[in-house]
Amino acid sequence: MIPAPFEYDAPATLDEAIALLEKHGDEAKILAGGHSLIPMMKLRFASPEHLIDINNIPGLSYIKEEDGYLKIGAMTRESELEESEIIRSKYPIFTDASKLIADPQVRNMGTIGGNIAHGDAANDHPAVMLALKAEVVATGPGGQRVIPIDEFFYGFYMTALQPNEILTEIRIPSVGAGTGNAYHKLERKVGDYATAGVAAQIAVDADGICTYAGIGLTNVNATPLRAARSEEALVGKKLTEETIAAAAQAASEDCNPSTDLRGSEEYKRSMVRVLVKRMINKATDRI
Amino acid sequence: MGHSIKRKEDARFIQGKGNYVDDIKLPGMLHMDIVRSPYAYAKIKSINAEEALKIPGVIAVVTGKDLEKYNLHWMPTLMSDTQMVLPTDTVMYQAQEVAAVIATDRYAARDGKEAVMVDYEPMKPVIDPFKALDEDAPVLRTDKEGKTDNHIWNWSVGDKEATDKLFDSADVTVKEQMHIPRIHVASIETCGCVADYNKVENHLTMYMTTQAPHAIRTVIALVAGHVGLTEEKVRVISPDIGGGFGGKVPVYPGYVIAIAVSFLVGKPVKWVEDRSENLQADSFARDYHITAEMAATKEGKIQGIRFKLLADHGYTDAAANPSKFPTGLFSICTGSYDYGTAYLEADAVYTNKPPGGVAYRCSFRVTEAVHAIERITDRLALEIGKDPAQLRFENFIKKEDFPWKSPTGWEYDSGDYHAGLQKAMDAIDYEGLRKEQAEKRARGEMMGIGISTFTEIVGAGPSKDFDILGIKMFDSAEIRVHPTGKAIARFGTKSQGQGHETTYAQIIAEELGIPAEHIQIEEGDTDTAPYGLGTYASRSTPTAGAAAAVAARKLRDKARKIAAYLLEVSEEDLEWEPGKFFVKGAPEKAKTIQEIVFAAYTNHPQGMEAGFEATHYYDPPNLTFPSGAYICVVDIDKETCEIKVRRFVAIDDCGNIINPMIVQGQVHGGLTQGIAPAMYEELIYDEDGNILNGTLMDYLVPTAVESPSWETGHTITPSPHHPIGAKGVGESPTVGAPPAIANAIVDALSPYGITHMDIPITPYKVWKVLKEKGVVE
Ligand SMILES: Cc1cc2nc3c(=O)[nH]c(=O)nc-3n(C[C@H](O)[C@H](O)[C@H](O)COP(=O)(O)OP(=O)(O)OC[C@H]3O[C@@H](n4cnc5c(N)ncnc54)[C@H](O)[C@@H]3O)c2cc1C
Repeated sequence: MIPAPFEYDAPATLDEAIALLEKHGDEAKILAGGHSLIPMMKLRFASPEHLIDINNIPGLSYIKEEDGYLKIGAMTRESELEESEIIRSKYPIFTDASKLIADPQVRNMGTIGGNIAHGDAANDHPAVMLALKAEVVATGPGGQRVIPIDEFFYGFYMTALQPNEILTEIRIPSVGAGTGNAYHKLERKVGDYATAGVAAQIAVDADGICTYAGIGLTNVNATPLRAARSEEALVGKKLTEETIAAAAQAASEDCNPSTDLRGSEEYKRSMVRVLVKRMINKATDRI
Repeated sequence: MGHSIKRKEDARFIQGKGNYVDDIKLPGMLHMDIVRSPYAYAKIKSINAEEALKIPGVIAVVTGKDLEKYNLHWMPTLMSDTQMVLPTDTVMYQAQEVAAVIATDRYAARDGKEAVMVDYEPMKPVIDPFKALDEDAPVLRTDKEGKTDNHIWNWSVGDKEATDKLFDSADVTVKEQMHIPRIHVASIETCGCVADYNKVENHLTMYMTTQAPHAIRTVIALVAGHVGLTEEKVRVISPDIGGGFGGKVPVYPGYVIAIAVSFLVGKPVKWVEDRSENLQADSFARDYHITAEMAATKEGKIQGIRFKLLADHGYTDAAANPSKFPTGLFSICTGSYDYGTAYLEADAVYTNKPPGGVAYRCSFRVTEAVHAIERITDRLALEIGKDPAQLRFENFIKKEDFPWKSPTGWEYDSGDYHAGLQKAMDAIDYEGLRKEQAEKRARGEMMGIGISTFTEIVGAGPSKDFDILGIKMFDSAEIRVHPTGKAIARFGTKSQGQGHETTYAQIIAEELGIPAEHIQIEEGDTDTAPYGLGTYASRSTPTAGAAAAVAARKLRDKARKIAAYLLEVSEEDLEWEPGKFFVKGAPEKAKTIQEIVFAAYTNHPQGMEAGFEATHYYDPPNLTFPSGAYICVVDIDKETCEIKVRRFVAIDDCGNIINPMIVQGQVHGGLTQGIAPAMYEELIYDEDGNILNGTLMDYLVPTAVESPSWETGHTITPSPHHPIGAKGVGESPTVGAPPAIANAIVDALSPYGITHMDIPITPYKVWKVLKEKGVVE
């Protein structure tokens, strides 16, 4: 449980951090909460030569509503999400997810930026981001760029972030009236990664017709997966039992889970079906 | 006795002032890390340490060939089998020690380990214990001369002929094939040591995480006597231990390598495993395949059992059972029921898996026995359509029939099984639950109720039957009372969290009348403590606790003599009440124990030995037989198959209770270690012998979140032969809980034709069987 040797910097500004990234290129890694990166280093699955700790950089931790967006600073800790009033009242999906991430010790350190930047389909926030159609703000030597979440996750631990970019903010279109969201995952015990997880955001109009459906799936594909056919099966329709069942069925067909210690592919598809149904219902109940 | 005084040891633990092996730092101390095999079975073609030795701080890489020069490359196991310390040519299981890197600091040692290049030639391993017995299976232990198969031993007890006859003619017989999975003893503290050999004195001080320091000293002397480390030159110190549970009884190769290196370089060497090494390489527990059968009349009178078991010991038999009992006390498998016919046959095999077979929080394989008997009893209830509580009531050994002789040769000391089960049923409202279950079943919901009414067998043990490597399984206490009436007492046992510093003090306080807070308890230093076999198998209270009571009584006899002298009366005229002797009929004429002790040093009667000390080596006349009645209620989600333990009532009978709070703490912890194998834990290997869940991310140790709110209680049936009527409780809950949970889950699933499921029973496993039955999508 001892990592390979590495060098460590803790810059005080974003510019310095980016300059360090430029200097060390592929050999450097950003250190945020450290609760994905450090375990991998201790197991020697990862041995970056340079760590650039961004915990000393001010201004990266906030939760605010602005310009029609919910904006969350990349260094916002899970525990801060759990305690935020805006989150609790309008985006309970985050509270659902945070509560299921590891344990309080991990949540005191782990950041939302790190959770997404890690690019792990087993992490819980990516599916939430898909359901909420978030955007990711990356800051590099040339300034900021905004990446739609659907273009962010590339492959196993791979994202659209360039080696010289830092994820600085997450933007989520503000929810209006008539919208509800929810997240749940099945886990083998507390602190486990998901056997399968489902995030759903649903909006309905005054006539009970679904006007928005966002559904993201955790750990049933090489990358976090949008259940696009499920969303299509809902939008423009009344949310009857049949409609919901059809959406759930589509997700269970479209995911690509692998057989492992958590269960067989068939089992995970079945769990996706159950969870999609339950999360649509729970999101709708929260409207 | 009977008081929940706060634990004396907690003051240091809760302030972070415990002193564990890894806290020990000696001048000039070197650090060791161990290179381990990635293969389950392979020839070692070469070990190249060149790159490792270039790393600053790395001073040596030790291999089997190096140890061979001193004949230290092999060691005996506690079961008189043999085990490699470091291999010279072949590795026999994944994570086996291959070489040791010695460095001036811990980090360099770890980097050195990464840089050692080992060239292996992998071979096809034998993983399945049943296939290990095939005629054409490769013979694994070619180191043993004349060995032609992978069979280790065969052991049987009971009357085979009568049992076979019974099974041929019985009204009803039931049979299930069960696997009690291989599990890991996940103590918070991993194993480790600091071996400190002093060349000038030719003396070894071994600080180590061991539950049995005295036995370890003897083993070291037996293994290393030929290089000059005879027993008086060896001191074993077992400091604070963060959980043992049987996993800190064996001698691991790392200890021996550390000693060898310290011996050769003359400097202290520290070795502390990391979490994954602890999980992957140290002795496992359980791993019994059991064919359990029960015969009964059609009315449900149990008539007999026939059990056949196959024990997978991995590469070597590194269990820690008493010598005469290769399958431990598994023969308690007749349970709490009254019948006269039983036959049990056991075989053990070698496979290419880590060695072991330790008793994880269980008195030598009792957990496996209890699981099998409690499951098969429920199976019988299902077969004949009788309520499992009713079936148990009708078959229990009656209170008045104790001492009771079991068909496998034990004499149960005492018990009141009816009272325990009735109390548990009342506490949980058994009738009400069965009603609720019937209603839920009608609606297609899954709810189950499971019972386990187990009998334990602990406190090993009487010297006529019990020894480890020839050393009889007595235990000891030495009490010294100082002139001012304060005492120190030392024991051959070693607490790993059980609270000995408190309970032993309470026993002595009860017997001598000195307040418990004035009695200092010390264990774990072989230079100061009297010899004993250590703490495991719930044996501390039954053996060393008894020794404390007897030693204290010896002192009380001396106190009586001194009091008679001081009060100028004859001994017969004196009466004892805790804390003082007084003259019969004249209670104002009294001497307190403190006054008497003071006199023992200042004014003792002529002709009497001065001082106030006593030692006792207690050889128990019998084992003790704690029991319990556990009832568990589960609800199963019909879609996800998640299992929720809604309630769990545990009524334990451990005889007289010394400290109720400590007993309750033991029960809570033990129950949690009972849901562990029932629902979560299992070491899983693929067919190449790779462990598939080698970290705690995948080896699922349950936490407070997974634990239901335990509801505990007790009945008290004192042991008639134990000096204070106590029986031992540390392990009962771990032993008794798994079948209660398994029975509850199978009960929930029984409407769908399911009669048995192997633990751990996970939602995925439930989903699979219900899918097969067409119940879930
Ligand atoms: C026992 C345990 C259980 C866990 N269980 C779960 C779980 O159930 N669900 C779950 O979602 N997570 C789980 N986690 C992971 C945890 O949530 C991590 O904290 C999180 O995934 C990463 O956040 P971090 O801030 O710790 O990132 P770090 O570990 O510091 O970084 C992770 C990766 O992201 C990169 N990175 C971090 N921040 C940035 C940034 N701003 N810009 C660019 N790159 C960045 C790092 O370079 C690194 O490659 C668990 C962790 C542990 C230790």
